[in-house]
Amino acid sequence: MAKTPQTEPRQSWTFSNDVNSEIRRAAATGIYDIRGGGAKRRVPHFDDLLFLGASMSRYPLEGYREKCDTSVTLGTRFAKKPIELKIPVTIAGMSFGALSGHAKEALGRGATMAGTSTTTGDGGMTEEERGHSEKLVYQYLPSRYGMNPDDLRRADAIEVVVGQGAKPGGGGMLLGQKITERVAGMRDLPVGIDQRSACRHPDWTGPDDLEIKILELREITNWEKPIYIKIGGARPYYDTALAVKAGADVVVLDGMQGGTAATQDVFIENVGQPTLACIRPAVKALQDLGMHREVQLVVSGGIRTGADVAKALALGADAVAIGTAALVALGDNDPKWEAEYQKLGTTTGAYDDWHEGRDPAGITTQDPDLMARLDPIEAGRRLRNYLNVLTLECQTLARACGKSHVHNLEPEDLCALTIEAAAMAGVPLAGTSWIPGQSGF
Amino acid sequence: MCGIVGLFLKKDAMRPQLGDMLTDMLITMTDRGPDSAGIAIYGEAVPGAVKITVQSDTPDASFAGLADALSDALGAQVAVRTISTHAIVTVPAEQSARATAVMEARGLRVMGSGETMEIYKEVGLPRDVADRFGLRDMGGSHGIGHTRMATESAVTTLGAHPFSTADDQCLVHNGSLSNHNRMRRVLERKGVRTRSENDTEVGAAYISWRVAEGASLGEALEGTLKDLDGFFTFVAGTRDGFGVVRDPIACKPAVMAETDEYVAFASEYRAFADLPGIEAARVWEPEPATVYFWER
Amino acid sequence: MAVTLDMAKLDLREVNTALQSAAKTHSNDAYLIENPRGSHAMACGLDGALDVTIKGSTGYYCAGMNKEARVTVDGSAGPGVAENMMSGIVTIAGDASQYAGATGHGGLLNIKGNASSRCGISMKGIDIVVHGNIGHMSAFMAQKGNLVVLGDAGDALGDSLYEARLFVRGKVKSLGADCIEKEMRPEHLKMLAELLERAGADASPEEFRRYGSARKLYHFNIDHADEY
Repeated sequence: MAKTPQTEPRQSWTFSNDVNSEIRRAAATGIYDIRGGGAKRRVPHFDDLLFLGASMSRYPLEGYREKCDTSVTLGTRFAKKPIELKIPVTIAGMSFGALSGHAKEALGRGATMAGTSTTTGDGGMTEEERGHSEKLVYQYLPSRYGMNPDDLRRADAIEVVVGQGAKPGGGGMLLGQKITERVAGMRDLPVGIDQRSACRHPDWTGPDDLEIKILELREITNWEKPIYIKIGGARPYYDTALAVKAGADVVVLDGMQGGTAATQDVFIENVGQPTLACIRPAVKALQDLGMHREVQLVVSGGIRTGADVAKALALGADAVAIGTAALVALGDNDPKWEAEYQKLGTTTGAYDDWHEGRDPAGITTQDPDLMARLDPIEAGRRLRNYLNVLTLECQTLARACGKSHVHNLEPEDLCALTIEAAAMAGVPLAGTSWIPGQSGF
Repeated sequence: MCGIVGLFLKKDAMRPQLGDMLTDMLITMTDRGPDSAGIAIYGEAVPGAVKITVQSDTPDASFAGLADALSDALGAQVAVRTISTHAIVTVPAEQSARATAVMEARGLRVMGSGETMEIYKEVGLPRDVADRFGLRDMGGSHGIGHTRMATESAVTTLGAHPFSTADDQCLVHNGSLSNHNRMRRVLERKGVRTRSENDTEVGAAYISWRVAEGASLGEALEGTLKDLDGFFTFVAGTRDGFGVVRDPIACKPAVMAETDEYVAFASEYRAFADLPGIEAARVWEPEPATVYFWER
Repeated sequence: MAVTLDMAKLDLREVNTALQSAAKTHSNDAYLIENPRGSHAMACGLDGALDVTIKGSTGYYCAGMNKEARVTVDGSAGPGVAENMMSGIVTIAGDASQYAGATGHGGLLNIKGNASSRCGISMKGIDIVVHGNIGHMSAFMAQKGNLVVLGDAGDALGDSLYEARLFVRGKVKSLGADCIEKEMRPEHLKMLAELLERAGADASPEEFRRYGSARKLYHFNIDHADEY
């Protein structure tokens, strides 16, 4: 007798193996999943945009002979000493504590060689980064760990952190494993405890109070330092407008793909807007206030290539910031550590338990043996190379569009491959003149 | 996100100075709210009449002939006093709803109405708004002012505070409500109408609705603590006084001062610097989730 | 003889520039500031021994990030007075608004009147003495240092407290998550006596109760999830 045909075993789309494994983990531990990095889900991104290039109606610049300027000045609105960068790519804020001292040093070395700035993070300023960063932006965060007026004065700019793309509306979680004696000492905390960063600043709430806080920061630093305000990609039009009203010299806008040292996975994946969707509303806010290019816009969250840089600039950003990409350039998630990733139950490219402090690459750790694996000089050189490539790529695209300065890239130099990207970037779907959702944000 | 000021006079002799004192307080709060400014002033009542404050972006055209048109439509004497973009239209009390409908049909925006309350608000710096309406020269028993840094709704006249959603009631707010869209829909189903996308207007409408349902103003303000979410310092004006409430977290600033002559409210102490006798005043901050109320 | 700066004639930048350079160079011992009218960011960022007296009430962030200077407000202080102070003495004759001494690392903040909400929020080593009462959520996430209150404390005192020590003479309306009363040991009485003496407070250490962290939130434990 013929066997009755069976249906193939079918996995649920809703209850996939990934989902089920997370349910089992939650049931076993009773705590939400905490991890580092940014959103891993697929969202419309710069990949979905293309440059039109020059042809008959526009004329390109000669690749190696005709100059395409990449310099950018941040903080021209109020600060006596704006920051002059050679390239439109900066290093985003990452804390000492989340990163090792060697990693901070390497970031400083690489950025300085490339002519750009680095940024401190939650946990204060270290000698490693101040000493090796020609231009250093000092983050002013809700926790105020290690915050002091001397470091404020020896910074080149101050970045008031209101939000972060990975977790708009949330604070960080640095778990006990990484609160070593040095980290704890800098933060005035007991060694080895879980450290919960606040999400609101302790002494102001809202832009009307922030304006007064900025006045104080300027008074303490003789009105010299540019004041940046960093916001997560939440309501970019209103948030950018309010940052300008509160007195920002520079707005740093971090989309949802922006990384974090450690936060709940549910926050990383479910809060905030994709970077691509944030830029146009923010630029519109600046334009509506007559402040585009007067208050500079730095965009971060998932920037990887010179094409991403060029596209962000074309949409109206003045510069971009990179975090995750810089760590990869230093050696994060490098295949040479695959055997060790396997031991940690993960694999190259997927390692995101940065909060556990066991990073085989020696970057997101405070373990002396692991830290020693990262040579800050060599890693700094790698970062310099990578930053140079980003810049060369961005210039290549800008020249192809006939621009002698990367800031002259425009949204009209772009088309989109998908309706979603066309709507978010406010550029036409390729081959059409259709911009979906043009009636408003 | 804003600056709030309020002044309640205990002595009638000071009434002529109300506008002057309030204007200085308002201008001092410019940094907190440079987008627009507004003031509700509780002045003289006309017996048997209601004052309706209306606004137009084209006052010359809109207010010309308004008095005659209204008098004809209502069959009663109507007085129209034009001040810049605003007009105070005085109609017999029983004709108030009809007059409002006629004026809205003519494209005028109703800012508020009441026996004593007049509301003036416009886009622009507080100093310019005060000058435009001659706020300094206005007298009255009490007044509430607001300078606005717009958060999520447009910088327009209708988006400016104070918001009035019932006769002689007004509300100003510093903070940002987080459940106003849902509350707006709840109120809509109960027949309460709002005119803007502004979160504060929902707060005002909520209070008016509760009062219309029979609650005292104190009870309505208590209700905001349960039914409205987010961050707020509210100052609510009524014909006879004003009330203050802060949300339970109470991050948005609030400071009060009291002497034998007045009770003053502001977002910052700076606004009190020119008040007479401030050095000897009792100055304190309202507690979170606590309703304060002054009545004559 | 003190140098007088009149804010009816000078703007904030002029006054702060004068004070900041004098503190840095020790070029004068005493400054008197008149007509502050609730101005913000007064006498902030001083870096050196200097006596500053402000005649009247101040706005936000008076004496912010102070180092070494002795700043006295002869009036009341607005939000965030002596925020992130590093050292020195800041004295408020009247009341202090919310966030007094926020994130302060060192020095003494001496408030003769009351302090409102969030007094000593995230304090990191500062000593704060309040002669009157303090408001709700005071010493929230306080990490280090001492908060001494001669009067009463409002709701949720010491919520999510780390290692700061809290001493209250009057009533405590309620304790925040992870904050408990602790035994007053001889070393606390001694330290408190010295602090009261420095603050010129007429109180005896024995009258106070001590509060500190139960340290139950230091590591995530599913049984305390409702405290988060």
